[in-house]
Amino acid sequence: MSADHTGPAAPVAARVRRLEGMLEERGLLDAELLDRALGEFLARASPANGARVVARAWLDEGFRERLLADANAVLPELGLSMGGGLQEQQLKVVQNTEDSHNVIVCTLCSCYPLALLGPSPTWYKSEAYRSRVVRDPRSVLREFGFELEPGVAISVWDASAETRYMVLPRRPSGTEDLGEPELAALVTRNGLIGVAPV
Amino acid sequence: MAEPFRIGDRVRASRVDPPHHTRLPRYARGAAGTVTALLGSHPLPDRRSRRLAADPEQVYAVAFTAGELFGEGDHTVTIDLWQSYLQPAAAEPSGAAAATGDGQ
Repeated sequence: MSADHTGPAAPVAARVRRLEGMLEERGLLDAELLDRALGEFLARASPANGARVVARAWLDEGFRERLLADANAVLPELGLSMGGGLQEQQLKVVQNTEDSHNVIVCTLCSCYPLALLGPSPTWYKSEAYRSRVVRDPRSVLREFGFELEPGVAISVWDASAETRYMVLPRRPSGTEDLGEPELAALVTRNGLIGVAPV
Repeated sequence: MAEPFRIGDRVRASRVDPPHHTRLPRYARGAAGTVTALLGSHPLPDRRSRRLAADPEQVYAVAFTAGELFGEGDHTVTIDLWQSYLQPAAAEPSGAAAATGDGQ
């Protein structure tokens, strides 16, 4: 287990600031350009994006099947992509069903599909979540107030390499009459991580 | 470079605790699991972080049972692992070369 990633004085953050300062001093980096690029990326990065993907998947079975098979290929249909960083990251969408539930984690740091889920919650980066959700997910979900039926099988996805994961939650009952924007409004960031139902 | 694995293959994660950066989580070391997906090829972090030549190598999604990882529990944990972290499950636990990527 690597160190806690939630502290404001994390050593990596200090190193990044120092490196940035040196690159600027040497004229290799334009601070304004960097701020603008980060700002633009973060302005686009929002759980509303993941919510739109989920709402479309609930309404359109063909889209859902293609999403589960190759998420990167269908994101452009909603004007989205996983290409916000230096290279496009692979996205894998994992689907909850009546008898199976998915939850995502990065035990080594805090990997996460930022473009679709927005900045990650502090608890996602905490040592407690990262170490405990792989060991005893049912108890961790219970602490989030999410009690799974005993027969539901749990799959935990540890984003330890280059692929990023997102959960496709179950569509709530009683939503048959809702349109895509109304359905998207029901989807929460915790639902996309798998620590809450929708 | 070792023979690539296929979906359904049983594999075992290296037991080695390297002195350098790695993306093989400690809780998976020595555990046996099943390859469930091929996730493309990427440079091995263990080598890249030491500024050693790191050609892209295959990354696999490997599903482990909680029982195998922790001795109890009924869930599964899927972990994304580079080729160098893995060997066929039937083989003896690997030595340092396979775990660090120095054996290339």
